[in-house]
Amino acid sequence: MELTEFSHDINDWFSGSGPLADIVVSSRIRLARNLAGHRFLNSCSNEEKAEIVEKLKSVLMSLDLGDEIFYVSVDKEPELNRNFLVERHLISRHHAMGTGPRGAVIARRESFTAMLNEEDHLRLQVLKAGCQLRACAEQIDRIDSLIEGRVEYAFSPRFGYLTACPTNLGTGIRVSVMLHMPALKLTNQIDKFMNAAKDMNLAVRGLFGEGTEAASDLYQISNQVTLGVSERHIVSEFENVIIPEIVEYEKAARRQLLTNDTDTLDDKIARAMALLQNAHLLSSQEALFLLSHLRLGLNMHEHMGASTPAIDRLCALRASTKEQDKLTIRTINRLFMLTLPAHLQVNYGKSLDATHRDALRAKIIRDALTQQS
Amino acid sequence: MQCQICQKRTATIHLTEISDGQRTELHICEHCASEQGIATHSQMSINELLSHLLAVQPSDEEMFGPADKELVCPTCGFTLDRLRKEGTLGCPADYEVFEQALLPLIERAHAGKTSHCGKVPTKLPTDTKKFVELTQLRQQLEEAVHDEDYELAAKLRDQIKQLE
Repeated sequence: MELTEFSHDINDWFSGSGPLADIVVSSRIRLARNLAGHRFLNSCSNEEKAEIVEKLKSVLMSLDLGDEIFYVSVDKEPELNRNFLVERHLISRHHAMGTGPRGAVIARRESFTAMLNEEDHLRLQVLKAGCQLRACAEQIDRIDSLIEGRVEYAFSPRFGYLTACPTNLGTGIRVSVMLHMPALKLTNQIDKFMNAAKDMNLAVRGLFGEGTEAASDLYQISNQVTLGVSERHIVSEFENVIIPEIVEYEKAARRQLLTNDTDTLDDKIARAMALLQNAHLLSSQEALFLLSHLRLGLNMHEHMGASTPAIDRLCALRASTKEQDKLTIRTINRLFMLTLPAHLQVNYGKSLDATHRDALRAKIIRDALTQQS
Repeated sequence: MQCQICQKRTATIHLTEISDGQRTELHICEHCASEQGIATHSQMSINELLSHLLAVQPSDEEMFGPADKELVCPTCGFTLDRLRKEGTLGCPADYEVFEQALLPLIERAHAGKTSHCGKVPTKLPTDTKKFVELTQLRQQLEEAVHDEDYELAAKLRDQIKQLE
């Protein structure tokens, strides 16, 4: 399986569809598991690591998951390819930068991946568009049970599934959603949100940025407690309590922008349109920042019926671009993903330095947004 | 009904707490509620979201409970000193070997909980499964009482008695 077979488009979970899609970009559930009779990875020799990978690889590759699955030997891939997989959220950065024998099993539609020898022997992950945590939970539970029929997991009645780090003990489940929250930033409420989330035992981090920065106004929130609560309870808390509250905060901030501050809103959207259609050099950082404002404008129009001078112009742009690149949320997300550094280079066919990447990125976006007569 | 705290304003907020089978009721006005730090609006402000347990970063000394600092895992040779340095354990048996020392750390990480009540592998020996099932039922009972679903709570209580 060549990476270029799927590097030219976005995955399903980033398509901009699904419940609450104007704010909840995607849902993700991850399970951490270890095999009984083996040490945790930090204490394993390379020989033992290779043994674990082989055991898990043969089990996973023989599963019937209703989708074509392929295997990547992460330790043998060049850095560019590893970065590519990280950009698509198929493996974590920790896995890309790790040491020793390690791999990944990836389903063709990219909804399911399994990391072999990341921090635990096995980390399963299911991703879906919008807010679909219960569907993610059902799918990952099924896959986990299939695997468990073929191997023996490290488990204790007291502490549940045993993990390398005690913070993942018990259910080993990490429930997260990716949220787009540009209005909270524009109304200066991000700090309040971060503090409140921490008070709720939620981990918050910015995605696609350096450290805690949230490039493109995308944040991931996840549960921190994994022991002493059931998987079902964690998921239902998220879906029925936590997400509706947070979504309402972003919605309220968007309403606030519409009623009290259309100038700020329009300025951001208009500048984004102007720069993205005209710039010749765009850094990844800047492109993500500008695309975020386009996404905000389109979503406000579609989900709130918003109409301001800049939003109207944005929608007019949408209606007059060439058919296959009609400006939809999907198009914006596609531009987002395909102009990330590793994607650019994988699709171009070779490595590029920063300036050339910035030029290529600007060109791809300009071409996509230019009106055709 | 008058507010039970200030005895002056009308009580508009009625709180019922059930713990250990005891039911206590509190009837208070909005003013006293906000003084007590109880959220009263149907949409809470960002800073008043849901009940919580603040995770406190333990100092190194507080991190581990009472344990023989010389303890070594017979299976993999791991020591608590390595945990402090590396952040992860050596092998699954460590959870048993260092149980006492790990408990405070686990409690802190998981908002005070230390017993699993989620999914269980299907291949466990029967008596182990029973232990886990009991834990799960107890958790469900706690939830049912919290949600004031007493019919379900009664059913669960019976199931627990049967299993025991």
